[in-house]
Amino acid sequence: MSDAAATPSPQFAPAVAARSEASVWDIFLEFLIIGATSFGGVVPYLREALVTKRHWLDDKEFVEMLSISQSLPGLNATNMAVLVGEKLRGPLGAIAGIIGMCLPGGLLMYVVGEFYRQHGDHVWITAALKGVAAAAVGLILSTVVQLSKKSLAGKIDFIFMALTVLAVNRLHLGVPRTLIAVGILAILFHRPRHEKKGAPAQ
Amino acid sequence: MNQIPAVIRVFAYLSLLTVGGGMAAFPEMKVLTVDVHKWLNFHQLIHLYSVGQMAPGPNMMMIVSIGEWAAGALGALLAVVAFFGPTAVLTFVVGRLWKRLEKWPWRTSIQQGLAPVSIGLLLAGCFTMAKGAVTGTETAAIAVGVLLILLRYKVNPALLVVGGAIVGLLSFKP
Repeated sequence: MSDAAATPSPQFAPAVAARSEASVWDIFLEFLIIGATSFGGVVPYLREALVTKRHWLDDKEFVEMLSISQSLPGLNATNMAVLVGEKLRGPLGAIAGIIGMCLPGGLLMYVVGEFYRQHGDHVWITAALKGVAAAAVGLILSTVVQLSKKSLAGKIDFIFMALTVLAVNRLHLGVPRTLIAVGILAILFHRPRHEKKGAPAQ
Repeated sequence: MNQIPAVIRVFAYLSLLTVGGGMAAFPEMKVLTVDVHKWLNFHQLIHLYSVGQMAPGPNMMMIVSIGEWAAGALGALLAVVAFFGPTAVLTFVVGRLWKRLEKWPWRTSIQQGLAPVSIGLLLAGCFTMAKGAVTGTETAAIAVGVLLILLRYKVNPALLVVGGAIVGLLSFKP
């Protein structure tokens, strides 16, 4: 069971050794800790735990996994848990990671939801929640600004972004149809171009 | 009436819409949970989502509350499984194929093309929510204040949401 404790581990264990020691239980525990402490967004906590503390990933792997997580549907938190768990211990590792990640917040929101159902119409709570909801809008807007700075290149990307907003909020096309229509348009616009990239074609 | 099948259907469907973040699915979540199934009202949805931003872990764990309201403890559990299951399987499969896709030129095209669309979906979700959450001068000031603070300073966003609660309490108390 406690093979990690039994084997005398060298003080400066290389990443490879740390990886082979990670059991399914270790993965579950580490993601449980991240899931319980990551207030205000999981990414910095993930890096701290997986790269700095556990040496399960190096920085390059971390950035690459984050980029996969962001390109696929699903939240960064759970997609990262699946990718890291899979890398360390296959399917069981992925399941352990995602359960650990969701458990603390899920239990908390179960209790909070029940409390809100019973006391949500209390005037003081309504007043506080009005402020909370407005703050959440500001928070999402800041995410939009930060993501735009990081990953939008050129005017055309802003047009695709605006088209998406119009399609959902004004034309009421619905998220799936918008995603498919504008998504295909944008992907085709960014299609591979041989003459521009100058990549070593083999 | 048994809401379990509806809970599974709704959250599995919403799962696949969370491109770029949970907020991308918000407009559709409003239609399905509020207008179609009437598990809660629009204000309750906004409140649960916002309170969820203060919780640790994935920022959409408020689905647990919706599942519980709709169909009890089992509903809560199944909402989580349905909401995270499909994307988890997809991520698992793509994660294994990713190395092989490295040479595929369309991989970059898909990433570049989906970036503006996913940010647009996030913004659309934000506007949908703002319709219910930003209703006057005070709430607009809180939203803009949080935005400006986050763009200027390195502050934990969860703390600002707590700050919003305090400002709300002071501004709107009876």
